[in-house]
Amino acid sequence: MHWSFSSLGDSALLMEAQGELDVTNQAVLALTMALEANPPAWLRAVVPAIASLLTCFDPLSMSHNGVMEYLRKLQQVTALQPTYHERVVRIPVHYGGTDGPDLDAVSRLTDMTPTDLIALHCAEPYRVMMIGFAPGFPYIGPLPSDLNIPRRATPRSAVPPGSVALAAGMTGIYPSRLPGGWHVIGRTDLPLFNPETNPPATLRPGDRVQFVAVLPDLRRRHP
Amino acid sequence: MIEVITSGPLMTVQDLGRPEARRYGVSPGGALDSFALTVANQLVGNPPNSAGIEITAGSAALRFHIPITIALAGGDLGARLDQQPIPTWCAVRAWPGATLSLNGRRGAWGGRCYLAVAGGIQVPSLLGSRSTDLAGGFGGLHGRPLHPGDQLPLRRPGTGIIPVTGRHWPSSLRPAYCATPTLRFIPGPHSEHFTPDTLDRLGRATLRVSTTSNRMGYRLDGVHLHYQHMTSILSLGVVPGTIQVPPDGTPIMLMADAQTSGGYPIIGVLLSADMPLAAQLLPGDTLHLAPTSLDTAYDALLEQARMLAHNPEHDEGDLLATLAGG
Repeated sequence: MHWSFSSLGDSALLMEAQGELDVTNQAVLALTMALEANPPAWLRAVVPAIASLLTCFDPLSMSHNGVMEYLRKLQQVTALQPTYHERVVRIPVHYGGTDGPDLDAVSRLTDMTPTDLIALHCAEPYRVMMIGFAPGFPYIGPLPSDLNIPRRATPRSAVPPGSVALAAGMTGIYPSRLPGGWHVIGRTDLPLFNPETNPPATLRPGDRVQFVAVLPDLRRRHP
Repeated sequence: MIEVITSGPLMTVQDLGRPEARRYGVSPGGALDSFALTVANQLVGNPPNSAGIEITAGSAALRFHIPITIALAGGDLGARLDQQPIPTWCAVRAWPGATLSLNGRRGAWGGRCYLAVAGGIQVPSLLGSRSTDLAGGFGGLHGRPLHPGDQLPLRRPGTGIIPVTGRHWPSSLRPAYCATPTLRFIPGPHSEHFTPDTLDRLGRATLRVSTTSNRMGYRLDGVHLHYQHMTSILSLGVVPGTIQVPPDGTPIMLMADAQTSGGYPIIGVLLSADMPLAAQLLPGDTLHLAPTSLDTAYDALLEQARMLAHNPEHDEGDLLATLAGG
């Protein structure tokens, strides 16, 4: 794994990994866990992303070069001994209809029937590659290349909470009502973020997410 | 208890934020001008991370229901206590029923003023902070800006803390607040994504904070920056002070409530020591940006740490000089 280091201002160091996304992301997550397992006194925050790791530090207790040396050594150790464990989280999804208004459009874009699309989305667990954009918002992937579609031409000003959406080779889930440009194919009832719990986010980077289709007749309650 | 009478353009409960919660996608948040809030807390004898009130320039008023020591720090918004002018950067005793009123900017600079009260504002701490997260709708008072009629509970000051009034924070120990400040930044990490003249053009431009700016970030009108070639950047972690450039070429300077990750090329990041100057800017204000080195950044941070290490208790003579017009 080749890492490039650069400063993001005077209090943060950015490490970017080159290579295939799936591999770089696993390296980022392994390094994050190694760093957090034994946090140095100068560490203020760690922000793992898809192919990069941002380390925020107290520049008055450790120099930029000192942080870089520490991370370089940690990365060498981590590369030898992966410290990264996976947890599988099942996420029930109501696909299509009003819950997934873009399901038909995505079917056309991917040249699949909605049923095949849902089956592919539920076929195997994908990894939470990062949490970002909004509190508790997971970037889940990488999806099979058949599901790799660009963002919607026109973003929505408000996407309902729980919306399960596709774009850029990943699945995202909107934890709350947010503007969004991804294609909404379904909705989950699983809450993803609660600031009053610890940890506040239901998912964490490194988790494996298994989407499970909720059959329409099981959830429809007639009066 | 403090009662909000009028809340101006934006009034929120803030402490120094929740930087560690970034890993959950939560903005670091906290006072935009953390220097001013820290000083206001020190003046009333609070720990630096106590919750205070961030008041954005405009017509605002608060009423105190108990006798309490307060301090304002940051921009001069023409504060008055029951119509009587009171100084900023100074601890003052408020009496029960007294009304603190503030207005728009009075001098050449200043967009935000911080009110600290002895003991601090007592709202629940969430994810390690009492700050209001406006985008997330949590923290502070019910996760929202303060409204007229809101009542803020106060923490009892720690035992043994004697309320001290008249403590004053000398102007020599404050950041170089001014109109049209020059904010210094560390270039990178994506400088190579931009045309070679970008840093020069950014350094020469007079920039203006656009009207769409808020606590999440300032759009800086007055320059259009160009990518060297169309590039896509994978979403990566960002910090307040990050200057990112979306495809329309207008730079955006991220502030405390910014998202934790961004996918636009980054031309540079403001010096931590210059964030208080940025915090005092309002839409319509002008500024300059200047690239600098990490060494300069550390010197500036050390200088600011030295300022904050100042003990206001030893300043009675200084205050007398101020009151005498010195």
